[in-house]
Amino acid sequence: MSEARRAIFAAIRERLARVDEAAADAAVRERLARPRAVLVPARARLEGEARIALFCAKAQAVGTEIVRIPDLAALRDAVSTSLRRHNLPSALVRAADPLLDAAALETEPLLEVRCDVPRETDAVGLTVALAGIAETGTVLLASAPERPTLLAFLPETSLVVLPTVRIAGSYEEAWATLRGLAGWPPRSVNLITGPSRTGDIPPAIELGAHGPKRLIVFLLDRPS
Amino acid sequence: MEPTSLAFRERATRALADPVLSTALARLETGWQAARARAAADLPEFEALRDAAVAIRDHALAHLDFYLEAFERRFTERGGVVHWARDAAEARAIVLELCRAARARTVTKSKSMVAEEIGLNAFLEAHGLRVIETDLGEYIVQLAGEVPSHLVGPAVHMTRERIAELFAKAHGGPPKQDSAALVAEARRVLRQRYLEADVGITGANFLIAETGSIVTVTNEGNAELTQGLPKLHIAITGIEKVVPTVEDAFVLLRLLARSATGQEFSAYTTFLTGPKRPDERDGPEAMHLVLLDNGRTRMLGGPMRAMLRCIRCGACMNHCPVYLAAGGHAYGWVYPGPMGSVLTPHFVGIEKSWPLPNASTFCGRCEEVCPVRIPLPGLMRLWREEAHRRGLAPPAARFGLALWAFFARRPPLYRFATRIAVALLGAFGRRRGRFARLPFARGWTESRDFPAPEGSTFTAQWRARRGTGR
Repeated sequence: MSEARRAIFAAIRERLARVDEAAADAAVRERLARPRAVLVPARARLEGEARIALFCAKAQAVGTEIVRIPDLAALRDAVSTSLRRHNLPSALVRAADPLLDAAALETEPLLEVRCDVPRETDAVGLTVALAGIAETGTVLLASAPERPTLLAFLPETSLVVLPTVRIAGSYEEAWATLRGLAGWPPRSVNLITGPSRTGDIPPAIELGAHGPKRLIVFLLDRPS
Repeated sequence: MEPTSLAFRERATRALADPVLSTALARLETGWQAARARAAADLPEFEALRDAAVAIRDHALAHLDFYLEAFERRFTERGGVVHWARDAAEARAIVLELCRAARARTVTKSKSMVAEEIGLNAFLEAHGLRVIETDLGEYIVQLAGEVPSHLVGPAVHMTRERIAELFAKAHGGPPKQDSAALVAEARRVLRQRYLEADVGITGANFLIAETGSIVTVTNEGNAELTQGLPKLHIAITGIEKVVPTVEDAFVLLRLLARSATGQEFSAYTTFLTGPKRPDERDGPEAMHLVLLDNGRTRMLGGPMRAMLRCIRCGACMNHCPVYLAAGGHAYGWVYPGPMGSVLTPHFVGIEKSWPLPNASTFCGRCEEVCPVRIPLPGLMRLWREEAHRRGLAPPAARFGLALWAFFARRPPLYRFATRIAVALLGAFGRRRGRFARLPFARGWTESRDFPAPEGSTFTAQWRARRGTGR
């Protein structure tokens, strides 16, 4: 235990000069043991299609492209079509997520698919979101051995598959469903709302400052 | 960084005469100021969220030791290492030691005001490290050899033409004309730096006690590449940033982007919990966090504690008539605008910064827009009083104040004197209704006219109206 640490804690306690330490300790324990939503905007309290519609509207408002597909079998075509529409090479690096394994992207003859951590030369990355948040059209990605974080940051185009059943109304709702997962939170949880952007060079907002220039979310209605 | 806040007046005067700066600052009014108003109006719960945010920050600060301990425990369990720094020198030494132990040569950095506060870049560079800022605004400022002029937009004071020149000089080639080409160029150049870097340094917007996570917020995605590519990630932030739970962080995050740029949410909000885990294929091998006091504990006792609620959104400066006229560099240290006028005296001493709390019209807009309702004008007033007690204000101001106090303590005399003054000024100015020049008031009349009083003094009118029951 360092000298600096001791000094800082001593200074904090001296300045706070609390009278009832036991009560303070109890208050902190209680708060940490039972995290609960403080104030969730009414906007986030939607169900079913209305919630999906809000997710889409909010995501599109910040420049995210939405492609809705009925099932995993449709993903292959949807990805190819999106890449062609943007004149992108038919090559991508993807997460080893079981959902993507099941999509059998590799059977598409014109699509070159690698399952890997992205390299600097990879133009397109494909991964899976653990949740969507309708409130602001946000996707939640979580790192795992099968889902490298860099897939959504290094390539210029980021493709994300999000099953519609994983769309929550609010951040709190999304987090509450994930909190019980083993090892949660993982090393890196990324809440992504639109492509990378910067306003640092006037006059306009430019996309693709460091992260992806393009974010395409494939909304999947029936994951299996 | 050596403060130059005593020169506020001279710098502000120069800034007022700089048309390029005026144009740049005017963009804040039409841009972020207007966007914040729209974002706040679009969320019916905005005011209630502000109240909730105040309660969260106050609770966290009142139990700061408990939450820091809980945070440290979780962060350590996840494989991170916490370092405690009492002051800037200790923090710098810790970071340098970590870089040396990693045999680092190149360091990429994602924007951190705490790193600015401790003068980290200059220190690391003096010890042979190559430091590259990755936030585009911060990178521009670094190329220019300047310091950030705004919390959120470090280069808000610059024009595109100036940026094009800086890029041409640093990267070669002719200056590019449009912002898309400039952004693409920066992307290309900085991408190499990310890949070369041995260490990535980031700040942290929040620390979460419940999970031991640090939270970074960017629009560019530079924090994720800064911390995600090199082998070593060092985060640095102030001890006041801790909040109890993830739910508490979400309340503050809902306010942060809306208050800063009027966005509903920034493009990238990332929760980082420890280094690379077994079997993971990317992520840093080690994660260190430097927690800095640097006088923050001194602010805990007394009214200055409210300042520790600050979430560094920059709304106070976007709405400050003084900041919008003088620009951030006039403030002469790391933190500009109203929040800087409160913080700077605390960090560098009031004797080196007394003009800052005086550089305010006390219009109160900063407090009106502050997401965590910091009573900024009230705190500036405390610094003014301190400056006065220590006799720091110039003799003319002290004399003027003493003169006014002499009259104000003698109400009949005050009324008599003001009646005479109003009558005289009224008589002399009757023809034009205003004065283009007045003795002892050149500072006022230089840029605008002084209206001539009409009728009687306020106290006289008050008395008359109260008498008639109006």
